[in-house]
Amino acid sequence: METNQYLEIFIDESKEHLQSINDRLLDLEKNPQDLAIVGEIFRSAHTLKGMSATMGYQDLSNLTHQMENVLDGVRSERICVDSAMLDVVFDSVDDLEAMVMDIAGGGTGERDVERIVALLQTIESEETGEVKVGVNRAIHKTNLDNPVELDEFALTVLEQSKEQGLNNLIVHVSLREDCLLKAARVYMVFDVFEQAGEVVQSTPSVEELENEKFETSFQVVFVTNDQAEDLKNKIMKISEIEDVHTSVFDVDAYTSALSDRDLQPSLETEEKVVAKQEKSTLEKQSTTPKQKENQAANKTIRVNIDRLDVLMNLFEELVIDRGRLEQISNELDHNDLKDTVERMSRVSGDLQTIILNMRMVSIEQVFNRFPRMVRQLSRDLNKEIDLQIIGAETELDRTVIDEIGDPLVHLIRNALDHGIESPEERKQKGKQVTGKLELKAYHSGNHVFIEITDDGAGIHRERVIQKAISNHVITEEQAVHLSDKQVYELIMESGFSTAETISDVSGRGVGLDVVKNTIESLGGRIEIDSELDRGSIFSIQLPLTLSIISVMLVEVQREKYAIPLSSIIETAIINKKDVMHAHNKKVIDFRGNIVPLVFLKDILETPQTLEEDGDYLLVIARKGDKMAGFVVDSFIGQQEVVLKSLGDYLSGVFAISGATILGNGQVALILDSNALVK
Amino acid sequence: MFKSDEIVQHVKVIVFQIEDEEYAIPVHQVGSIERIMHITRVPKTAPFVEGVINLRGVVTPIIDLRKRFGLQGYEQDGSTRIIIAAIDEMDVGLIVDGANDVLDIKEGAIQAPPEIVGTIETEYIDGIINFGQRLLILLNLDKVLSRDEVRELHEFNGQTDGVS
Repeated sequence: METNQYLEIFIDESKEHLQSINDRLLDLEKNPQDLAIVGEIFRSAHTLKGMSATMGYQDLSNLTHQMENVLDGVRSERICVDSAMLDVVFDSVDDLEAMVMDIAGGGTGERDVERIVALLQTIESEETGEVKVGVNRAIHKTNLDNPVELDEFALTVLEQSKEQGLNNLIVHVSLREDCLLKAARVYMVFDVFEQAGEVVQSTPSVEELENEKFETSFQVVFVTNDQAEDLKNKIMKISEIEDVHTSVFDVDAYTSALSDRDLQPSLETEEKVVAKQEKSTLEKQSTTPKQKENQAANKTIRVNIDRLDVLMNLFEELVIDRGRLEQISNELDHNDLKDTVERMSRVSGDLQTIILNMRMVSIEQVFNRFPRMVRQLSRDLNKEIDLQIIGAETELDRTVIDEIGDPLVHLIRNALDHGIESPEERKQKGKQVTGKLELKAYHSGNHVFIEITDDGAGIHRERVIQKAISNHVITEEQAVHLSDKQVYELIMESGFSTAETISDVSGRGVGLDVVKNTIESLGGRIEIDSELDRGSIFSIQLPLTLSIISVMLVEVQREKYAIPLSSIIETAIINKKDVMHAHNKKVIDFRGNIVPLVFLKDILETPQTLEEDGDYLLVIARKGDKMAGFVVDSFIGQQEVVLKSLGDYLSGVFAISGATILGNGQVALILDSNALVK
Repeated sequence: MFKSDEIVQHVKVIVFQIEDEEYAIPVHQVGSIERIMHITRVPKTAPFVEGVINLRGVVTPIIDLRKRFGLQGYEQDGSTRIIIAAIDEMDVGLIVDGANDVLDIKEGAIQAPPEIVGTIETEYIDGIINFGQRLLILLNLDKVLSRDEVRELHEFNGQTDGVS
């Protein structure tokens, strides 16, 4: 089978299934008794197994199969849910993920899974020993020997199908005595049935079959236009099937036999009908999730992200031309032209919103790996953590989503490692033993906020100051004047780490400065607030998208540069005589702060010199708490521009974070204020 | 060196001029030839990186071939052109004094480069083409535009900061 065209869908769906298995497993850990959850996990695993077998990924399907066996044990209450068992299942999910990632990366998805398969098998066999005495089996003795009993609804169906010349069959299927996965086999048999025709009734009911509440055989009344023999062969192909017996169901004989008995009070029959109908609706319900999925699939389309990127690129062209048109219409000062351009600007503005929205992905994608991570970490650290995720549906542009994962991992680890205390410590402090970690995302204005809140020890102001002084991050004099917030933010300076002992989790040598740099390079900001023994909040502010940004255009000598608005505090004009000197540097007093001046023309080595006059034009930019005044020669104005990369050939140019195309068609470079503010 | 004309393969080359020399590059490497346009200087790059242009919406780096070859001084005039060449799926523009010709070269006409040709280092040169009265120098663009070398030059130019 040519499977390439399905590969992408396979990978996407596998990921989804694995994620849902992951999520549900975590749920299961909290409610080990809830067998409905096991059912969900089982279904996902089952689909995954089927898909990977179809695609020919044998290892993947084998491992899923083993996992399924264990889950099945759980479902039939032979295996009890405990953390040891969950660990193994989680591990196998990890392996499955690794295999899917391998396939996504163009690999074969092969992997040595022997160890984990062996572990799964141990779990399975250990607990199945006790099974045979199991309660379920004894109680639900099936009544297969009894003649088929049909309700009126089923009867009508059978009568009609007979009129249409279809075959009405009674199929009696028996599974092998040693069948391990009865429910799965039943599922497969029903799969064959569904393809060949329609099951009118089954004894025991579908529900009971799904819950394995039957011995080894079951019977269905079945309508098909296939031949009985074909059907039998198809079913026999499924492994662990002992025997299939088919016989023709004669509706007329049945009805005549029924009418003989039909002297029962009508009330009773009615009741029966009602009861049966309820049953049949139940049966139908078991199929509805599938239909729902289909419906959902019809309302959304999966679009290859590359296509959206192409659309975005084309739209960027339009934004550039829009800028150009606006400029031309201003120069020409023609009313009709101006009107048209204004209208076009408005429409394309709306279009911009729509396209950006299309690229929006919910932050769930990033968040959903954290429950698992927190579980693992809390076990490694012997801490009890209650993780709350709020606002996982908050949407962000894909470009931001791609970048934000790692910083968040870092912050969460930090919170677990340094923030939340050990259970004993918490008890001493009179707190609940279980620490709370809250991950929250929400929109506000043109920004997305992500907050990581813990109810741990908080940040010790004095200790941070001591450390900062000993690490030469600040001087003692500086320390006196710092606000609490400023002190907390010191922990994100490079070369700073508050960990007193280095642990596996976050003694990485690199501290939070990396997080801060990443977030700032995304045009975002991070703030810390904390209260001793109450906990800390790390608050991240991010722009919704990175591809279209607002900039301030300035001129340095005769060259135009763009400075991202996100890093600008304000612009200012100061007289040269107000410039002071400190440490041989030119500084100014800006609202009480000493702000160093950065002469862009020197740093950018611009040719030609304009005559200097008495004033400096400044763009006051900041990087975290630090500020600098960029000296420019003129302000052009604020504009929305499309961020373009300088390309591989010129990657890593100092102080330039990208380029953009201006209204006049020329390229302007975008300054990286992070590199310029020191 | 000359083979019989019958089964000789032909190579199509673009011929351009820098100072008094004529150079050739295979036509399949050339995306387009543009008139000179506004070039935005990129600070702190290799000296031969002239800057970037807006090539129909794509920010494209421009290299001054004269400077790359270690030649000095030029004045852009009406015949100055930018040849957009593709290396490793990446477009780079080359400033040349003039784009002269498209020629069909018999493969047999390409000779190994002599040790010294003019002022240009021989490593950029794939061969010499004797085309009637003209002597064309066949350039190896991969060498001319070696990315590693550009990187080294970036670093050499002293970006001690390391933030970017």
